Amino acid sequence: MVKVIIVVPVFNESAVIYKVLKAIPKKINGVSKIDVIVVNDGSTDKSQFEVERAGFSTVEHVINRGLGAAIKTGIAYARAKKADIMVTFDGDGQHNPSDIEKIISPIVQKKADLVIGSRFKKLKKAPLDRYFLNWFANFITLLLYGVATTDSQSGLRAFSKKALNLIDFKGERMDFSSEILLEAKRNNFKKAEVPIKAIYTEYSRKKGQKNSNAIPTFARFLVRLLR
Amino acid sequence: MFTAIQILLLAFVIFAISRVYLRLKENVISARVAFFWFLIWLAALVGVSLPATTTRIAEFFGVGRGVDIIVYISLALLFYLIFRIYVMIEDLRHQITYLIREIGLSGSPKIRKNRKRSKK
Repeated sequence: MVKVIIVVPVFNESAVIYKVLKAIPKKINGVSKIDVIVVNDGSTDKSQFEVERAGFSTVEHVINRGLGAAIKTGIAYARAKKADIMVTFDGDGQHNPSDIEKIISPIVQKKADLVIGSRFKKLKKAPLDRYFLNWFANFITLLLYGVATTDSQSGLRAFSKKALNLIDFKGERMDFSSEILLEAKRNNFKKAEVPIKAIYTEYSRKKGQKNSNAIPTFARFLVRLLR
Repeated sequence: MFTAIQILLLAFVIFAISRVYLRLKENVISARVAFFWFLIWLAALVGVSLPATTTRIAEFFGVGRGVDIIVYISLALLFYLIFRIYVMIEDLRHQITYLIREIGLSGSPKIRKNRKRSKK
């Protein structure tokens, strides 16, 4: 009996969220139960309506607290529901639902505690600015946290029960992504990276990490290290 | 005799000390924080009323003028205070997020259902 909880953080995704949720697989090999929970991070558009129309449950943040905070809420939910595996899946349609099976497979086979769906492991087509920003984020993650990765900012991840119970991070915005890797190092998680296919549309690019966020994110890193 | 600028600065320092005292009395700030600010403003009081003291301190540290050492110390202190305020804001943000999360989780559909059942 393997219970998987898929956490979908959502902030103003009314244009795509219905389609994204409906595309999430209902059955996965080796998994007995799949539960999808949407963390509505203070959306001010019709996201909540669209999620309910699609027939999914939500945990609502009454005000926007950032992606990291939404993921942490998802972790708290998954712990409370005693999930065996938790998957984070972006609500902007950037991920391919068929990759979910790929990223939970190493955990089901007990080969990993944390699996990162890497968009850059087998690089095919990525916008140049995304490629550079990701390289920069990976470099900073290596420099400050001593963790090497090919995609520190990926939104498609899977956590084993052990990882789910031990992980703790402070970052509430985009900066949490690298902190997860630090937590993996601190707790000696077995880490795996699985190549995934990112779907770069005009919408997902607009909704994803902004290039201009790189500097404030880096500043938050430093303050956390110095405090 | 005090100069006009000294009188103005002294009046401001005394006003600042009185504010620290009042906030301490109202329990808005802790004794430790009040002590820190009393120390700062008393140093300012000495510096303004006895400018020669700052010159002597400046000479001790190998800085040219008394005013320069005040500027250097003030800048260092301000940077440190900005850092502390940044950390404090971060802590407040975490606390707000914690509250938002707890509210969100306690209102999640299954928990709501369970609450309705327990009321029946």
